[in-house]
Amino acid sequence: MSETTFDQELDARGLNCPMPLVKARKQIGDLAPGQVLKIVATDRGSIKDFQGWTKIAANVELVAQETGSEDEREIYLHFIRKVS
Amino acid sequence: MTVTDLSPPQTAEAGDLADRLTALESRVAQLEATQPEDKVAIVVFSGELDRVLASFVIATGAAALGQEVSMFFTFWGLSVLKKQSKLAGKSLFEKMMAVMSPASSTELPVSKMNYFGVGAKMLRRMMRDKNVSSLEEMMEMSREMGVKLLACEMSRDVMGIGEDELIDGLEPAGVASFLGESLRSRTNLFI
Repeated sequence: MSETTFDQELDARGLNCPMPLVKARKQIGDLAPGQVLKIVATDRGSIKDFQGWTKIAANVELVAQETGSEDEREIYLHFIRKVS
Repeated sequence: MTVTDLSPPQTAEAGDLADRLTALESRVAQLEATQPEDKVAIVVFSGELDRVLASFVIATGAAALGQEVSMFFTFWGLSVLKKQSKLAGKSLFEKMMAVMSPASSTELPVSKMNYFGVGAKMLRRMMRDKNVSSLEEMMEMSREMGVKLLACEMSRDVMGIGEDELIDGLEPAGVASFLGESLRSRTNLFI
């Protein structure tokens, strides 16, 4: 459903605040600069959380955010690029 | 076509300008030295599960956002850091304090509707059902992420809590070590 390209994916389905952010932060450490991490979350608060993170931290940027549905529940896709 | 001379005029005014520039530069350096850094300082005074949870959600969130986080545990907050309660070698009052305080983070009460611990158990159950990390998981996570946990020496001493009653790897702290962090932090919380 998504056309945004990414290098790694993080399954944060079922996780609640602050876990999607914490796990994403951990995994972004494994990426090389320029690579994109895709996060699949079910926590509605994650939309603002990832906007906030990419606004505050200088080493990441928000590429795209999408909302979709899966198994009759909303899912939220976040694409974060590691800048440096 | 006339060429405008853009080089600084060699007058007494230029010397004055250079002096002012030097003064300005040192002023900027001074201001930079007192600028807050990407740090968060949290005082955990409360020993209540709900408040302590809030402080750990903020701490782990801030650490994920790349902030350097320090948490200072004082008074009732010290219960969060306990791994056991010992009575040996304590004065009467210290023993009373030990018996009436939680022996570890798992025994913390909630600030409202505790009903002798039933409320706390209920909240933990509700959190588990909603797949929210438990306090203990958040504590472990915060340590993995480099959050500094500091135990106030003075209140530990007053309440008669031995160092062997607290979890390992804590840093002892006083008011100056807290202020050292808080004065350079962008965000300061007292919970």
